[in-house]
Amino acid sequence: MKVEQISIFLENRPGGLENVTKVLKDANINIRTLFLADTADFGILRLIVNDVDTAKKVLKENGFSVGRTTVVAVEVPDRPGGLHGILEVLSRSDITVEYMYAFVERSGENAVMIFRFDSTDAAIDVLLKNGITVLPGEKVYSL
Amino acid sequence: MIFNEEFETLPREALEALQLKRLQQVVQRVYHTVGFYRKAFDEAGVSPDDIKTLDDLRRFPFTTKGDLRDNYPFGLFAVPMSNVVRLHASSGMTGRATVVGYTKKDIETWSRLMARSFVAAGLTKNDIVHNAYGYGLFTGGLGIHYGAELLGASVVPISGGNTKRQIMILQDFGPTAICCTPSYALFLAEQGEEMGADMRSLKLRVGILGAEPWSEKMREEIENRLNITALDIYGLSEIMGPGVAMECREGHQGLHIFEDHFIAEIINPDTGEVLPPGEGGELVFTTITKEAFPLIRYRTRDISMLMTEPCKCGRTHVRMGRVSGRSDDMLIIRGINVFPSQIENVLVGIEGLEPHYQLIVDREGTLDTLEVHVEVSEEVISDSDEVRVLQKIERRIARDIKEYLGVTAKIKLVEPKTLQRFAGKASRVIDRRNI
Repeated sequence: MKVEQISIFLENRPGGLENVTKVLKDANINIRTLFLADTADFGILRLIVNDVDTAKKVLKENGFSVGRTTVVAVEVPDRPGGLHGILEVLSRSDITVEYMYAFVERSGENAVMIFRFDSTDAAIDVLLKNGITVLPGEKVYSL
Repeated sequence: MIFNEEFETLPREALEALQLKRLQQVVQRVYHTVGFYRKAFDEAGVSPDDIKTLDDLRRFPFTTKGDLRDNYPFGLFAVPMSNVVRLHASSGMTGRATVVGYTKKDIETWSRLMARSFVAAGLTKNDIVHNAYGYGLFTGGLGIHYGAELLGASVVPISGGNTKRQIMILQDFGPTAICCTPSYALFLAEQGEEMGADMRSLKLRVGILGAEPWSEKMREEIENRLNITALDIYGLSEIMGPGVAMECREGHQGLHIFEDHFIAEIINPDTGEVLPPGEGGELVFTTITKEAFPLIRYRTRDISMLMTEPCKCGRTHVRMGRVSGRSDDMLIIRGINVFPSQIENVLVGIEGLEPHYQLIVDREGTLDTLEVHVEVSEEVISDSDEVRVLQKIERRIARDIKEYLGVTAKIKLVEPKTLQRFAGKASRVIDRRNI
């Protein structure tokens, strides 16, 4: 039920992001969604791609500092209070969200959010027990 | 004015005879009390009895900062600890700091040399001395303090930092002399102006500035902005602290080395060959009166030259030119000595960093800045991709550098393999300061 995400350390400088997209383009990799966390000096680019293994390999070959992290894709009802309901469930169980971002594509009638939790397995457990849909990686990579 | 007219104006012949007598005594003493010197002299095939003239000193081996570190902390002391009344140390990690000791008589000598320096700058007991050198293990604060007290001047022991308060005291207490680094003097001028203080009409009339290299251009700027006479003072903790040499008000060119206490040589830093007066090279000092921590032919790594022409102030002691640079990779940042290897030691102690770094030294306005670029390793980003984890590493590096070296650094994490790989260590430093 987990999704593999690639994290790349980037300095803040012109062309920094472009170097990443070029490498991915040349390897024919499709970016499904991305999220950039930035500070004054550096950023961390998080990517979900259609082919994690190849993406990681080519990025490494091109000298990037690449990490692989596990995140969770959750279906969020597309109506007022949809996200709130999910966060309520999580906070009741003492699960901390490290960060989250939205997925571009929808899953049926629902929006898709990507979550990074402090304890991934426990979070998935809580979500499933509360009847919330967690999307498997294979589905997310090809949404 | 001259504080110790008799010794500061000794005819050269008498001065050199005094130096020879004192040199013979100190060489005998270190040979018999400090194991390091006995071994070094024996290995070089020289004996204390070989000193028949001052030139014979050239046959003796040099002492280096490395020797001081190898004998950390007290290995080169020539008296038992019961006779030591004060310790000072340079910044650095344990084992890398250099530690110096003083007997009661050493402190008296140091105070007298500082008093000589003040008088050379035109101070008397009627002056109020604003001492903004740091108090503590650094020799600047206490060295200046004791000398000013011996002279009978009134000392304001303000120490470093807290600039707003310093400006208030400069206005309210009306000190007539200020002691600090040249860049801090400029910083005070700048901050005072910003606060709306008229920095040109303070009672200050003299600045005794040192602990970092500066230029004639900086001197002019300091003199203009504070409306003072700015004079250069030289010293290093290994030899004593501030007061090894002092520029006189009358000559205003070159610093008189107090030769009745120190013998100065200039050498070619590559060959060790002694160079004649007027030629630039590395300063080497031998202390001839110090009891606790005598040094024979200590290589300062400071680049300067000696001037033997008589000075109009009447002092017969040789003058050294402004220190124009270093023969090693030591950086002086806001008056604090920093070796790139010390920063490297901090970095290797922190997990998740590649041992690849670069130091960028610059001057923003009047103050030196140090930026440390470090490559992040793959492991860090694999373990966690959170911004706060990386920021924590940045803060940890800055904190450790501040704690071990006493200098504030801005840390910048950079992508792996982006810093140039160097064979030599010196090129890890980019010094953009245009002093």
